[in-house]
Amino acid sequence: MSNSNSTEIIRAGLKKRYAREKRFRLFGIASLMISFAFLLVLLFTIVSKGWPAFQQTYVKLDIVLDETVLKVNNKSDEDALFSANYQKVVRESLNKMFPGVKGRKQKRDLKNIVSNSAAYTIRDDVLENPDLLGTKQTYWFLAKDDIDVFMKGKIDRDLPEDERRLKDYQFEWIDKLIEEDRLEKRFNTVLFTNGDSREPEQAGMKGAIMGSLFTMLVTLMLSFPIAVAAAAYLEEFAPQNNKWVDIIEININNLAAVPSIVFGLLGLAVYINYFGVPRSTPLIGGLVLTLMTLPTIIIASRAAIKSVPPSIKEAAIGLGASRIQTLFQHTLPLAMPGILTGTIIGMAQALGETAPLLMIGMIAFVAEVPTGVLDPSTVMPVQIYLWSDSPERAFTERTSAAIMVLLGFLVAMNLIAIMLRKKFERRW
Amino acid sequence: MKKLPILLGAALSLLSTSNFAAGRDYIEIVGSSTVYPFATVVAETFGKKTKFKTPKIESTGSGGGLKLFCSGNGIDTPDITNSSRRIKQSEVDLCEKNGVSNITEVQVGFDGIAIANSKKGPTFDLSLKDVFLALAKEVPGEKEGELIANPYKTWKDVNSSLPDIKIEVLGPPPTSGTRDAFAELALEGGCKKIDWIKAMKKTDKNKYKEVCHTVREDGAFIEAGENDNLIVQKLVSNKDALGVFGYSFLDQNSDKVKGAIVDGVEISFENIADGKYAVSRPLYFYVKGDHVGKVPGIAEFLAEFTSEDAWGDDGYLTEKGLIPLSEEKREEVGSAARELKVLSLDAS
Repeated sequence: MSNSNSTEIIRAGLKKRYAREKRFRLFGIASLMISFAFLLVLLFTIVSKGWPAFQQTYVKLDIVLDETVLKVNNKSDEDALFSANYQKVVRESLNKMFPGVKGRKQKRDLKNIVSNSAAYTIRDDVLENPDLLGTKQTYWFLAKDDIDVFMKGKIDRDLPEDERRLKDYQFEWIDKLIEEDRLEKRFNTVLFTNGDSREPEQAGMKGAIMGSLFTMLVTLMLSFPIAVAAAAYLEEFAPQNNKWVDIIEININNLAAVPSIVFGLLGLAVYINYFGVPRSTPLIGGLVLTLMTLPTIIIASRAAIKSVPPSIKEAAIGLGASRIQTLFQHTLPLAMPGILTGTIIGMAQALGETAPLLMIGMIAFVAEVPTGVLDPSTVMPVQIYLWSDSPERAFTERTSAAIMVLLGFLVAMNLIAIMLRKKFERRW
Repeated sequence: MKKLPILLGAALSLLSTSNFAAGRDYIEIVGSSTVYPFATVVAETFGKKTKFKTPKIESTGSGGGLKLFCSGNGIDTPDITNSSRRIKQSEVDLCEKNGVSNITEVQVGFDGIAIANSKKGPTFDLSLKDVFLALAKEVPGEKEGELIANPYKTWKDVNSSLPDIKIEVLGPPPTSGTRDAFAELALEGGCKKIDWIKAMKKTDKNKYKEVCHTVREDGAFIEAGENDNLIVQKLVSNKDALGVFGYSFLDQNSDKVKGAIVDGVEISFENIADGKYAVSRPLYFYVKGDHVGKVPGIAEFLAEFTSEDAWGDDGYLTEKGLIPLSEEKREEVGSAARELKVLSLDAS
């Protein structure tokens, strides 16, 4: 009797239980949808804003490399060639195309159709081949940012004249240039081949990418061996139930939760002020980020080493291997996929970090592409921050483009981590 | 894995060799974020025009820059610091204490601070007194000498000729040089218009400063962070708000925002250059004289910065929004800079 009674009770509650389960599932799906929607909105705004930055407007100009205008008498005089006023031949070419431009402001605006890098482009060409002097050359120059912004449809012609960056006479010039097929949008290679610049059309990420690369290299070289050694010692050699080992373990876990700016302060106090490591270099950046990534890698490595079955270690020792041999020939190779995954995730975290770099002078304008760990440099997230803070309108799209590049690197690193895990993971 | 001890050893030896900066071949510049956009343009041009390396410029803020600059005379300290205010006596003393006695001051131009709102909003015609009354924490009450917590809710409450809009001003945080200048020029400028507070300057200077510089904290003044682009964006989306930021941002976004008229003067390039627009401040940089000759290119960098191509009326710096000095002043400052005249604070 009691049996059917309890079935009754269960049956009565069944509907409620099913409903509860259904509700829980709905909540789960809803929260997934919400976070997915946020991600989509974020990606959409970044991509839609940043997409135009991958194109850049170029202007075609005919340049007469007149020796008398350039005031170069001797073609083999390299100093004269270097310091000649190439801006002048660019201006003359523009004056010829648009005669009758008067007034200081209009003249300046005319000059500002092309980027001021034009003069340096000509200079480098002439230095390489002095025989160009006296000839007429056709160049595709970078267009100035305002022209570029207009060509991308971001300046509304119908606004009243004093409310837009480009005036009516500038539109006339642009129309003429378009008519003569002298304006063209191309893929923006500058974004990947130049260092930072204050002129948006000349600004590129190469300096920041190389800076990030060198910083990551220093971080990897320091944090990987130290972290693996620490993890191996703590797992395999450290005495069990020792008060000191416990304290160290707790502190490593705590270190992983320390706000990253604290590491920046530590880096400033210890590395820069005490050891005299130069500011704003990948070396100091890497040293500070090492502190930050160490706990992440140690924790991941310990988990990986722990997951190697004891039977393998015991078998090795049983066959006469020493503990060191067991560690290096069996445990570590088997734990490597897990260790590498942890390392890559730690590095990806460090790649996106700016806060600790604030204190050690890496928030800086560095135009030249660094060539080593002792050259001044910035890193990618800092470049994004600096561009977002610039007044020029054309930097907004470049900011988003830089975010896309950084996201690309992060996604690639995470993909490698996943692939490593998939490929080498073993189940026992 | 056999490389592990070698790597560790290499890393440690790298750390122990101090004095890295013995041969620095690029100029190191720190300092104000307001001067940063101008100094970087000069640096870039300098790097392209000459065969020297492009200087490295950190944006640390005026105070932070001077602190680094004065931290020592060694080659591992910055060569130049930018500042959006004049160096203080206390900072000169700090420099002196650390062996930095040979400093050259270069004034580069002016920066105007705009009080702006969205193009869609009404045009504000403010006096400095209006600005003070709208934004100060405490304002004069009905009796003379009485201070009350700021009761004004709308601009109309402040001055009946102003629009009936809630007071909402987005501005920089206290760490910013722009905020210092805004407090000093706009708030104190308006504060001085009230006679009994002005008289207080002589009797109780600290109290005077506190009254004039303290911004209200009841939500009417919103600290919007150091990023001026962000303030512009917020103004576009909220047409009733006003924002406080540098002139170059107004110049670049003239299709979105417009500057308020302050004390009857419109904010424009000419009015700032003439000194008519009240809320503008001089910008400086300071050079460590002892580094000239040790770090290559400092003298040439000074020559580039003080050339007519750069800071002249038609120079490339004015295109970036710098308001140039008058021609005579340029000549005076320029030649002093090239001669590396040592700074003395008494003569201004």
